Amino acid sequence: MMKMTKGQIVLISGILAAASFVLKEMIGYEKITILLMLATTVIAGAPVFRKAMGALRYRIVGIDALVTIAVTGAVIIGEYWEAAAVTFLFMLGDYLESRTIEKTRSSIKALLDMAPEKAKVRRNGTETEINPEDVVKGDFVVVRPGEKIPVDGTVVEGSAYINQAAITGESIPISRSVDETVFSGTVIESGYLVVRADRIGEDTTFARILQMVEDAQDKKAKTQKFLEKFSRYYTPAIIILSIALFLATNDLVLALTLLVIACPGALVISTPVSIVAGIGNGAKHGILVKGGEIMEKLGAVKVVAFDKTGTLTVGKPSVTRVEPVGMSEDELLRIAAVGESYSEHPLGKAIISTATKKLGPINETLEDAEIFSGHGLRFSLGGKTYFIGNRKLFTDNGISVDGHESYMQSEERKGQTAVIVGTGEGVCGIISIADTVRSDARSLVLDLESRGISRIVMLTGDNGRAAEAIAGETGIREFYSELLPEDKVRVLSGLRERYGIIAMVGDGVNDAPALASSDLGIAVGGAGKDIAMETADVVLLSEEIKKLSYAVGLSRATVRNMKQNIIFALLVAAFLLAGVLAKTVNLSFGMLVHEVSVLLVILNAIRLLGYGESKKPGTVQSGEREIAGEKL
Amino acid sequence: MTNRTYQLETVSCPSCIAKIEGMLKKTGGISSSEVLFNSSRVKVIFDESAVTSEEIRAKIEKLGYKVLSDK
Repeated sequence: MMKMTKGQIVLISGILAAASFVLKEMIGYEKITILLMLATTVIAGAPVFRKAMGALRYRIVGIDALVTIAVTGAVIIGEYWEAAAVTFLFMLGDYLESRTIEKTRSSIKALLDMAPEKAKVRRNGTETEINPEDVVKGDFVVVRPGEKIPVDGTVVEGSAYINQAAITGESIPISRSVDETVFSGTVIESGYLVVRADRIGEDTTFARILQMVEDAQDKKAKTQKFLEKFSRYYTPAIIILSIALFLATNDLVLALTLLVIACPGALVISTPVSIVAGIGNGAKHGILVKGGEIMEKLGAVKVVAFDKTGTLTVGKPSVTRVEPVGMSEDELLRIAAVGESYSEHPLGKAIISTATKKLGPINETLEDAEIFSGHGLRFSLGGKTYFIGNRKLFTDNGISVDGHESYMQSEERKGQTAVIVGTGEGVCGIISIADTVRSDARSLVLDLESRGISRIVMLTGDNGRAAEAIAGETGIREFYSELLPEDKVRVLSGLRERYGIIAMVGDGVNDAPALASSDLGIAVGGAGKDIAMETADVVLLSEEIKKLSYAVGLSRATVRNMKQNIIFALLVAAFLLAGVLAKTVNLSFGMLVHEVSVLLVILNAIRLLGYGESKKPGTVQSGEREIAGEKL
Repeated sequence: MTNRTYQLETVSCPSCIAKIEGMLKKTGGISSSEVLFNSSRVKVIFDESAVTSEEIRAKIEKLGYKVLSDK
């Protein structure tokens, strides 16, 4: 048999069906009319029949089998018009469904299209254009305005403004120059860069995001799992019911109609289409939601717990004051920097960067070091043992800091973190470090409250006064300070027991255990941070923490959309069933309503793609804002 | 054990999934299979000595679903 595309089958069977309908109305059931109807049935029915047979071989009864039985039955009892109309409508529905369903996946497709297609590499002094997959690690890649950066890498030459929308969903260009990192898939708007390839192909952040979005769309929602189980028993049950109905009433048309209208198409499709549209919308806005179940849970969150450093704050603390005791300021900074070279702590990085800025590169290495997680570290340098860290580190080691308490307290009241440097004998000095609160943190807290999440807490390893200062600035009323990583886990489980579903928001680097132990782990600024992207359930790819509010709204809209679809599908099924039993719904009309209901469900899901488009992403409408004001 | 993913043309009805999954379950040499509705992909883990990737591909196509690519 000749091969026709779905579109051609629909077109030809449509013309035949229309012609036979006209003939039926004008001349009635003449031979030619019946012939045309049978031709329609055969052309439109052949693919359905083939699929049904293929499935039957593996003892699977699907919608194709139901339609095949119904159509065969209709032809046998001489209902040629019904047979033609049902097969045509079924094929038309199938065709339109695959076209529209494609649309619900369009956001994700759009993301795929952002993948870089070419790379210009400079090898042995000459520039050649190659496929991005052929770039090797360490290659120097040249990128000019309008071009996509094909690798994750470090800038070695030039400077440029880059649009990182592919990664973060944020299209305001950012500036990048020598020694800074850039991501594959981002576009240079102006300027020129030579980038050393650090990660290529499937290892790039962009490729991994794509992979995660692709995987996420098929991680099923709970509702979906239930509906699938339901439909597995539903179809065979309907066949048995139809047979029973036929035996009881001896009415074959009635039994066949029941077969056709009972297809659970709209119900089964109701959830996955909403989820895929929701996840696609998120991906477009730099929010990675890893699956249907997470999408369902995000909107139902009762408590949001924030990590402080790097989440509510920018996470790049800097040294604000150095107070040496019995040594020079430079000497204190030098010792502290050498010690901190062993730690990964953000406070340590601040000390090192200040020290190198002031004293030039520090080349000394320490002889021995031990980290006390959450407290600080001990290290040996030039034969002497030093401690660097918080009060607890010193009191635990029997070193008194009492003489400096009033100075430290006055610093801490200003929101500074006081890092103590000392030896076994006493304090050598105190370094004050402060971090700035993200500009959008306060409005995020307001937005979340206006969305009905009243329990917003902050967890930090930092001291109580620094925590209080940040909490005050962001409007968070409940905070827990001086927590070790395991304390955070404990506090989280306590909050969950009392209030319900809890989301932990962190930068995903220092707080992986907390992210993993909460109901939902949300990582901020995830692009480029592998652990964050892997462990978190929701990743805000940009540094814009305010997107969290958008994510919660999107989740709720998705769940709402899903519910609308399910209720609609159930109502249609009930209406059809009643109609069939009352004999007001015939075979072809039943099929028409069924196909239309499937299409409406898909179209409803497509609406989700537009969520957040009319208003600025992440903002709350003015009406909601007022309610927030009252609450405060 | 070999791990392969087949990209199908857009799968529009969830009942197709049950069909493909059922078929793969009844095919010898396949230790696990998963049909992903939204991305229209089929992930199969199979024993290369019992069944070939070509055979799996042919079986999926015989059910009426075109395989666009595999990797």
